[in-house]
Amino acid sequence: MMNRRTILRGGAALLAGGSAVGGTSFASFAAQTATLPFDNGERPIVKYPQKRPMIGLTSRPPQLETPFAVFDENLITPNDAFFVRYHLADVPLDIDPDKFSVEIKGKVDKPVKLSIADIRKMPTVELVAVNQCSGNSRGFFMPRVAGGQLGNGAMGNARWKGVSLKAVLDRAGVQAGAKQVVFGGMDGPVSDKTPDFAKALDIDHARDGEVMLAYSMNGEDLPLLNGFPLRLVVPGYYGTYWVKHLNEINVVDNIFEGFWMKTAYRIPDNDCNCVEPGTAPKATIPINRFTVRSFITNVTDGTRLKAGVTNLKGIAFDGGNGIKDVAVSADGGKTWETARLGKDLGKYSFREWSFPVKLSAGTHELKVRATSNDGKTQPMEALWNPAGYLRNVVETVRVTAA
Amino acid sequence: MKQSTLIALTSIVAMAITGTGLVAVGAKPISYKLPDETAAFKPGPNLEAVQNNCTACHSADYIKTQPEGPKYKKDFWQAEVTKMIKLYGAPIDDADVSKIVDYLAATY
Repeated sequence: MMNRRTILRGGAALLAGGSAVGGTSFASFAAQTATLPFDNGERPIVKYPQKRPMIGLTSRPPQLETPFAVFDENLITPNDAFFVRYHLADVPLDIDPDKFSVEIKGKVDKPVKLSIADIRKMPTVELVAVNQCSGNSRGFFMPRVAGGQLGNGAMGNARWKGVSLKAVLDRAGVQAGAKQVVFGGMDGPVSDKTPDFAKALDIDHARDGEVMLAYSMNGEDLPLLNGFPLRLVVPGYYGTYWVKHLNEINVVDNIFEGFWMKTAYRIPDNDCNCVEPGTAPKATIPINRFTVRSFITNVTDGTRLKAGVTNLKGIAFDGGNGIKDVAVSADGGKTWETARLGKDLGKYSFREWSFPVKLSAGTHELKVRATSNDGKTQPMEALWNPAGYLRNVVETVRVTAA
Repeated sequence: MKQSTLIALTSIVAMAITGTGLVAVGAKPISYKLPDETAAFKPGPNLEAVQNNCTACHSADYIKTQPEGPKYKKDFWQAEVTKMIKLYGAPIDDADVSKIVDYLAATY
């Protein structure tokens, strides 16, 4: 079934099938495009090593979006379909995991360097968690805003395995007075004038036992473009915190003021984290947890269906409280009915839902709205902020039944 | 035993050994090859200033994918070029700034 968000030209069969493409050369994909459903949404379909054909946003540094049909095929997003987002073009391409180490330093009793072998000897933690780019769905903002013009495919749900950051910090011994932990990866800027990528978490968050250093994703090594051989996993938080190729952990006794915390990745500091479209916020805070979202995955915009019962299905997720319920409307939001939730893979995971909807002949607006366990839900009208983050408007799929 | 079955069995054994190896010694080194860059800037006045100043840090598709239309012309591109200089440290000569903005506003 064609996806409403991704109209593929030429590459539909390959993407929908998710079939073996390893032997096909890049050149044969170069002419294929996908069109995201907003102005100037045409993108090349690109083939990268370790990845299936993906929606190419930029090539240097690489940014790849997951074709939306993948979310209907798998509740766990396969590694070869997982989105890729780099900020800076000096991407580490030659990595020997036996020579790799992560350094824990700063306000600690005993600075340590841990190899991957050291880390693999420590007690394992494992969880399923969504990673989502802060700017996922930015292309739908109205008015439009500058930045990566993404559809809804800069998200994915994986089973991460590694060690807890708490255990790693305990090895070094965090000193009294520590306020934040700063994370750096091997990727860096081309120019030394460009701020190197670094993110910070408050010390209590860093030691919550859930933030982890992951060396495995869905039972395999991380794909290189997803942070091989080690990345930070910050469940429920936007992907900007999930530092890839993680090789530096610095405990500090102040609030870290690097560019990527103090200037970039900021959201309005008010209840809705939003402002009137086209205006600037008075004050901002660092982006943090995901807003609650839900999608219909098996029926796409413009689909023609048989009149009668159609079983809708899709996904919902939030920033870590878990999904309380999912409601579906077949009349443009006038009336709502409760969907059946699928298997619970944990509060940070995609939650599958399904609902048999009865459609008479004619056109229908299907809507889906999730509510999380802390009572937060999705707005009917899109909220706006200047950076194009946090999008979580109730999604609408228009169908015709006959 | 047929030869094909033998080959299949050998492969399974080989995979099992590799698998054990992975657990014991960890992941293998990766030497990754990014695909060739295909996006290019559209032809237009002052293209040279753009090629000289923008392409060291990012590919042309960063520009090509931005919103288009009357609302996203000079002011939009001026803000982007200023951001590149002030926030990301792009070493752009003052004389080139207006050339770059004019090119972007006229071409995208």
